[in-house]
Amino acid sequence: MPDSPTTAVSNPPVQEFVNNLGASDMISRSATGDLPPPARRLTEVAKLIDVSKCIGCKACQSACIEWNDTSPAIEDNVGIYMNPHDLTPEMFTLMRFSEWVNPETDNLEWLIRKDGCMHCTDPGCLKACPAPGAIVQYSNGIVDFVHENCIGCGYCVKGCPFNIPRISKTDHRAYKCTLCSDRVAVGQGPACAKACPTQAIVFGTKADMIKHAEGRITDLKSRGYANAGLYDPPGVGGTHVMYVLHHADKPHIYDGLPDNPKISAVVQTWKGVTKYVGLAAMSFAAAASVLHGVFAKPNRVAPEDDANAERLVGGGPEERT
Amino acid sequence: MTNSWTDIRNTDLVIVMGGNAAEAHPCGFKWVTEAKANRGAKLIVVDPRYTRTASVSDFYAPIRQGTDIAFLLGVIRYCIENNKVQWEYAKNFTNAALIVKDAFAYHDGLFTGYDAEKRDYDRTSWDYELGPDGFAQIDMTLQHPRCVWNLLKQHVDIYTPEMVERICGTPKEKFLTVARMIGESSAPDKAMTSMYALGWTQHSSGSQNIRTMAMLQLILGNIGIRGGGMNALRGHSNIQGLTDVGLLSQYMPGYLNMPVEKETNLKTYLSTRQFKPLRPGQTSYWQNYPKFFVSLQKAMFGAAATAENDWAYDYLPKLDVPAYDVLRTFELMFNGKVNGYFCQGFNPILAFPNRAKITASLSNLKWLVTMDPLDTETSRFWQNHGEYNDVDTKSIQTEVIQLPTTCFAEEEGSLTNSGRWLQWHWPGGSPPGEAKHDNWIMGQIFVRLRALYRKEGGAFPDPILNLTWDYKDENEPKPDELAREMNGRALTDLHDPTDATKIVVPAGKQVANFSQLRDDGTTSSGCWIYSGCFNEAGNNMARRDNTDADGLGTYPNWTWSWPVNRRTLYNRASADLQGKPWDPSRKILEWDGAKWIGSDVPDIAPTAKPEEVGPFIMNAEGSARLFARGMLRDGPFPVHYEPFESPVANVINPEIRGNPVVRVFLDDVAQFGTPDEFPYAATSYRLTEHFHFWTKHNRVNAALQPEFFVELSEELAKEKNIPLGGWVRVWSKRGSIRAKAVVTKRIRPLICNGKTVHIIGIPLHWGFMGEAKKGFGPNSLTPFVGDANIDTPEYKAFLVNIEPTSGPAEV
Amino acid sequence: MSDVELEPGDALHPGKPVIVDRYRGATRLNHWVTAISLVLLALSGLSMFHPSLFFLTAIFGGGQATRTIHPWIGVVLFFSFLLLFLQFWRLNLWNRTDVEWVAHAKDLVSGHEEKMPEVGKYNAGQKFIFWSMSILISILIVTGIMIWDEYFFDLTSIEVKRFAVLIHAVAAVIIILVWILHVYAGIWVRGSINSMITGSVSGGWAWRHHRKWLKRLAAKPANRGGPA
Repeated sequence: MPDSPTTAVSNPPVQEFVNNLGASDMISRSATGDLPPPARRLTEVAKLIDVSKCIGCKACQSACIEWNDTSPAIEDNVGIYMNPHDLTPEMFTLMRFSEWVNPETDNLEWLIRKDGCMHCTDPGCLKACPAPGAIVQYSNGIVDFVHENCIGCGYCVKGCPFNIPRISKTDHRAYKCTLCSDRVAVGQGPACAKACPTQAIVFGTKADMIKHAEGRITDLKSRGYANAGLYDPPGVGGTHVMYVLHHADKPHIYDGLPDNPKISAVVQTWKGVTKYVGLAAMSFAAAASVLHGVFAKPNRVAPEDDANAERLVGGGPEERT
Repeated sequence: MTNSWTDIRNTDLVIVMGGNAAEAHPCGFKWVTEAKANRGAKLIVVDPRYTRTASVSDFYAPIRQGTDIAFLLGVIRYCIENNKVQWEYAKNFTNAALIVKDAFAYHDGLFTGYDAEKRDYDRTSWDYELGPDGFAQIDMTLQHPRCVWNLLKQHVDIYTPEMVERICGTPKEKFLTVARMIGESSAPDKAMTSMYALGWTQHSSGSQNIRTMAMLQLILGNIGIRGGGMNALRGHSNIQGLTDVGLLSQYMPGYLNMPVEKETNLKTYLSTRQFKPLRPGQTSYWQNYPKFFVSLQKAMFGAAATAENDWAYDYLPKLDVPAYDVLRTFELMFNGKVNGYFCQGFNPILAFPNRAKITASLSNLKWLVTMDPLDTETSRFWQNHGEYNDVDTKSIQTEVIQLPTTCFAEEEGSLTNSGRWLQWHWPGGSPPGEAKHDNWIMGQIFVRLRALYRKEGGAFPDPILNLTWDYKDENEPKPDELAREMNGRALTDLHDPTDATKIVVPAGKQVANFSQLRDDGTTSSGCWIYSGCFNEAGNNMARRDNTDADGLGTYPNWTWSWPVNRRTLYNRASADLQGKPWDPSRKILEWDGAKWIGSDVPDIAPTAKPEEVGPFIMNAEGSARLFARGMLRDGPFPVHYEPFESPVANVINPEIRGNPVVRVFLDDVAQFGTPDEFPYAATSYRLTEHFHFWTKHNRVNAALQPEFFVELSEELAKEKNIPLGGWVRVWSKRGSIRAKAVVTKRIRPLICNGKTVHIIGIPLHWGFMGEAKKGFGPNSLTPFVGDANIDTPEYKAFLVNIEPTSGPAEV
Repeated sequence: MSDVELEPGDALHPGKPVIVDRYRGATRLNHWVTAISLVLLALSGLSMFHPSLFFLTAIFGGGQATRTIHPWIGVVLFFSFLLLFLQFWRLNLWNRTDVEWVAHAKDLVSGHEEKMPEVGKYNAGQKFIFWSMSILISILIVTGIMIWDEYFFDLTSIEVKRFAVLIHAVAAVIIILVWILHVYAGIWVRGSINSMITGSVSGGWAWRHHRKWLKRLAAKPANRGGPA
């Protein structure tokens, strides 16, 4: 079977193409402990978003809506260009616009960042998910939501360090960017990358994307962006959606991109020690009770207790039988 | 475009001024990012707003709308003063060395020959001093005080960096940075491309805006070379095609002129179109005008066009005015002089200025036919939509007939892009409901009209009865039939002029290109510049071979480009006087001693010797014009004039309001606002999320930019107490609108001539029909005045006032 | 001695054996609604707590149904327990006897209950259960609402929700432990369950476990040798 596609630019294959992203390519699966190791490892893919090339045209949003057949609401204007106003269950990717005055040059910079799932190597959503198989991770790096297994609990929302998943109010399932797993599975790159007119969004193997980013960073440094760099945060084991930032030393200026994202310690505690210690304690208590019940003498009322009670209360008008 | 979209990737410097390419042309803008990423090209943006294009620029400079000429003349002055001139190019390929008549002069904003009464010039003095041989006199040393170069130097002298700052509000340092960056492209191996759009055309000095940059590009040697050029980014996917095939009232197909009233016969008509060369040995290609004209007449009227009847010259309508542009047409309609209107693919009540006047005009009609794939506001102009279209339906008697048409994706045919590429496309879907192709509708109208003329006669039925209509199905001409007709064919066997035994094109065959057209009635061609698009080689527009032999993005076998598949106009100028490329790494053509060779079709006779024949063959001089002679109504050199509604007086001559030769109608003059009442400088523009008034009908686009807004600076918002996302009322002398406020750092107040000028930006995509929220547009406010030369309305600079308000009542 | 040490409905039926009314019908119903809710909450909660227990969602008709119903049962539990709380809280206030009782807890386990101090209607163990339940249910309802995203997503930030979900899980584990203790105590101390089923206990049970309560009942004039 063929490996993942290495570009989003090419036209779709015309020949019959077998789905290349099956259960056998999963390297982790939510709420599933004993996943057999996959027989093959797909090449890791990545989407690289070059913020310095992005013109904020929203073609990616439009392509995302079209491909995923979603229907985001027609909202109000609230004084900004960002529409919808946040990621929604119907909008998996969003251009976030920040007007930032560079304190060094006093020049305005209009920072436009395409927000969406980062496809972490260590995905917090998957860690938090209680429903077996609702979130899966493939060996090519894609973290995907399997909606028929989703119970809509919203734990993924709490697990995600990037605030990405959204729960639908209609079908109560979690939605986010799939990195177009359904396209990648048949040899095509993500719809957003395909639609991006300036190739600010490119797609390929993670190694290629890192190399491509290096070229971009060199170019940006030559244009005076001394802190240009790649955003591939190690706190989540690296991501399969990466950014080229002109100011990689301060990701937060890009509408709150986390400076050093990692799965929250609270979530780690919840999904780690609490889960194991809690289950152990409950099992122990239940077992101890049963054992005690079986082996220990029950606390029975003795005949003299009844006698004492009768004595205290005094004889009744009649004998009871 | 002189060049093509794909060629932009070859540039060293992109200047986006008078446009917002990333916003309005995101797909074409990819070539800018290619140039930046692969060549290290720089991008400069000069705009009143920090735009999406600015967001990826290397340098941004603010400018007050309507002052681009002052800015660019300032750059020209800088280049001359700092020797940033491509001298060999400027001397040999422009008219810098030609001598101008003594009578010509310029003082305080006006040239010789001005008649204030007529608002027009007598332009006879705006020409070269001719020698006894009939050729223009020349001084190649550029020493003659009356040579174009010295007149230009003198003309631009007042546009100092300080003056630029006073007029444009651009801080001097920022202006100088831009000038320095531009100046670098004067090196023969450096290229700058100018990408502009409606930000230059939609001004009362629109033509001159573009001309000023063209002059700068000539001085820098950037015309005709790869990565250079004057690149107009056409807004509509086929607006280039619209002008090419003559849909403007003053043109026939291929930019042939519509005859005017005083040209009562063909001889008179052609007498002003002889275009005798003004310098020895020059091509002056318009000498072929009669060939193109006669071939057009033969295409239209076939056998009815004969030498005896002047090729049916009398069949053509003659203009009684310079043009029936949209402003004039609606002025006539407003005055009750038009009673029927065919509106094909237009939405005038949103698209044309001063909506109140447009609505009143449409209400004067007896009938209005709209042909559109969408239910447009114009089709519903009579319908009350609360404050969004507050009309009294009962008082409107206009009968509206809506003819639903197909949209581009349901049609076959070609679209001509900005780079003059005619790209054939095929339908991607079937039309819904009763929608019909425009060809079918026009065919039906024609066939029925002809039947009426046949039956009833009429004052002059000949042009209708004799119109060539030889399509397979007369009810619906097919796109390929029309394309073949435009290409043209031989009506008899065409013999080689030098060898009468040789047949070049047999009768009935398609001509290869316009070089085979003749003025003796033996050829026909519906649009000479399109000749070659569908010849005996087949439909060249449908070619999809993206081979790029020299790796520089010529793609000669991808579709077809007019003229004769030439991808870069004036490409002869990419080589020096000896015919060697200025930059061998970006070679287009080279003179091999006998002929021109290279990857593009030479824009000159292939055997024209480089040192003899100038590269600008369409001009009688053979060179490009820094001095435009009498070709433009408002001056042979550009002059800074303020917009008709300006927050400041004209620094050069405070007495002059607007462009002095612009046509204005009296009722509109009464509706011009002044800064005391309307202190803020407004401008209108488009947003990337939408396409004109179409995509608000689409849920996806509507979700991405749902509601009408205006943009203003944080400073003005604070002054006026306008909160982010709050409601504001914006009004001009002509109307009032309500909008959400986008308060932004991207617009900052400018200081012009000591006065703080606040700018208000008004995007135009909303109306009262479709999926997006109901809203207004800038054209409820814009003035009913246009450009001096082509009457394009001044949408980009007008005056308004603003105040916070409450939201509208729901409707 | 005031009637503070008794609850409404507590009554004595002299005879052989003596019968003591401990819980009224309404109270018993209230208890069982609470109990069933708690069990259902534990089952549904556990199914979302640990993957190995996810199969429990089948009881509720699948994961989506479990996620939907769990908070609603929580609401039922909260109000149901609130009613219990209002009935029980007075007699569950801590007093000196409870300290002494706790000190002799070893005697209880080793079967020497006679060495323990006489207690009223509730002993310290029962009070511990009562107060644990009260506190834990309060915590669970508050944190539960914080993570009830279907209706209250905008109430708190995600960071707060993370703490809420952790606290909710820990409190749930503890309440299950308390519940095990409660159930086990009810089984181990024979005759106790009956009090929640029929509402009555035998005089001997009352003498053995809540002698002070029995004495207080017996001391009521109405119960002194008279007809019930």
